[in-house]
Amino acid sequence: MRGTLAWAALRRHPLRTLLAVFGLAIAAALLIDMVMLATGMRASFRSLLTSRGYQLRITPKGTLPFDTEATVGGAAALVASVRAHPDVERVSPSLGTTLQVARGEYSGSAFTLGTEDSVQGEYSVLSGRGPSADSVLQEAVANAALLARAAAQIGDTISLSTERSAQLRQAGRRARVVIVGEARFLYVPPGLPALATSLPALQTFLGDAGRDRISLAMARVPVDGRDADAQLTRIEGVRQWIEQTHSRVTSISTETAIVQVEERLAYFRQLAFILGALSLVIGVLLVTTLVSLSVNERLGELAVMRAIGVSQGGVLLQVMLEGLMLGVAGLTLGLGLGLVTARWLNTILRDFPGLPADLDFFVWSGEAAWKALGLLLVASTVAGAIPAWRASRVRVAQALREEAVA
Amino acid sequence: MTHPTHASDVLLDAQQVERRYRAGETMVHALRGVSVQIARGDFTAIVGASGSGKSTLLHLLGAVDAPDAGRVLFEGREISRLNDAEATALRLRRVGLVFQRFYLMPTLTALENVMLPMAEAGMAKAARRARAMQLLDYVGLAARQEHRPSQLSGGEQQRVAVARALANDPALLLADEPTGELDAATGAALIGLLQRLNADGLTCVLVTHDAALAQSARRVVRMADGRIVADDVLTPNGHSA
Repeated sequence: MRGTLAWAALRRHPLRTLLAVFGLAIAAALLIDMVMLATGMRASFRSLLTSRGYQLRITPKGTLPFDTEATVGGAAALVASVRAHPDVERVSPSLGTTLQVARGEYSGSAFTLGTEDSVQGEYSVLSGRGPSADSVLQEAVANAALLARAAAQIGDTISLSTERSAQLRQAGRRARVVIVGEARFLYVPPGLPALATSLPALQTFLGDAGRDRISLAMARVPVDGRDADAQLTRIEGVRQWIEQTHSRVTSISTETAIVQVEERLAYFRQLAFILGALSLVIGVLLVTTLVSLSVNERLGELAVMRAIGVSQGGVLLQVMLEGLMLGVAGLTLGLGLGLVTARWLNTILRDFPGLPADLDFFVWSGEAAWKALGLLLVASTVAGAIPAWRASRVRVAQALREEAVA
Repeated sequence: MTHPTHASDVLLDAQQVERRYRAGETMVHALRGVSVQIARGDFTAIVGASGSGKSTLLHLLGAVDAPDAGRVLFEGREISRLNDAEATALRLRRVGLVFQRFYLMPTLTALENVMLPMAEAGMAKAARRARAMQLLDYVGLAARQEHRPSQLSGGEQQRVAVARALANDPALLLADEPTGELDAATGAALIGLLQRLNADGLTCVLVTHDAALAQSARRVVRMADGRIVADDVLTPNGHSA
């Protein structure tokens, strides 16, 4: 019966109730989005770094992966040394540079990677195949951005060249390369033209600038069922060994990289927290206002309910049910709205220049989202408690006198 | 005047009750040392001009309000010092209230309005539905049970209110100006209903400003300025005994 009465009270002013529900939905959507933003970038970055299972990044001393054009020499020995470590399952070396691409009337630059196709963790082949492991630059995979700009497709030939160096008085090197596949580069912004070929081929093509040099090596420590802490200890052990054994490199674990990213994302998280808290406040104010309005309009009716024998607790419960119903309706609508908004915002932010293709800003985290929504639901129910308390404390005789006078 | 001859005949006993309340800047002395007993099975009308204290007295008799002085006994038990929960429970189970303005829940049907006190008393759904239908049939509205108050006439709404007041089989029915919003014919019909209830054994107290209407009761208590100025039992022809 209380549910019937609460629902009937909300139906009395359908437009007002609908507006309150929409308001709550917006607050809920904002809260969901802020939770997804606060947890999303971290989760997405972690996912990005571990997508191919590599937990360690080895870079020239003091640099981050492809942060600079720096490379480390003695690559073959370095890679062989790391591969020989008993706790290392595999190593993926890569060399990055910028080459000039020409095809027909198109001429432009492209980020070029040299990798070992069998162990590489830099790209996914979408169609066609990866480049063969030749030491001559003659095959490559390209991303959609390069294919579109060069108006090329799988099977077409493009011209690659290095820039002419006036200082070294070296003419640019040239090669004609067949596109053997289309690839999606995990760490390259989707709008940046990129291609990948075999590491030996690129090292040879670059001459002295590339011979026996790499920009990055990724190492994987096998996951063998140990608990998480033991696994992290093992990875850290390999990391320290690499830095101690090879003084020219820096080794960063995924966990360290995530911590560094988190420090840089702290402002985002603060913003998300503040906006999320704001949405809670908005939700509480909305429900309190609407339920208060409803109670004020019905004081006489509530007095009569008390007069005919409905207890204070009964009135309190009934009015709080109104707040709960508003909360449930608003949250249900807000969940859908929040997911749609997050998807849209994510698309916009992903197009921000310079960000990896697979980095997401808004990532669904079930536990965090349900906790946040649960908090909003509790808050909206409690928000109804304030006017409900007033309603339950209505002075029956006084209210009846005032109604009679009115 | 008439008084119950035995203590067991007394349903209500108000002893020197006083009630004051503030209305804006003014202190209103609504009741000034009022004493009255209501016998079981009685049909008493309390009549007086507006502001005479009759509604205030009704509220004290029904444990809707508490006196500032004096006491009220209901079935020998003092009800003037009950806490809110005890007073509410008394009103729920032993007292039926009918108001001038009906005060039905506008979004509930007639049947649901009658079931409301039963639900509050914890009656099972099937049982309260059956009893509510029975009560609506008693007041002649069985065919209107699914109608909302806005779909009922004033007289019909007041009859639903009477049925609601009878929901938990009270010992006492208190009606505060129940015909105030009804035309003469409808009002007379409602009074006829109250008379029938009284004939079936229900103790009724009717508050009205209409002296002619008061004649439909068996006893008339006249109030003025917070005091009882007359208390007459009426003969079957309507004259004082």
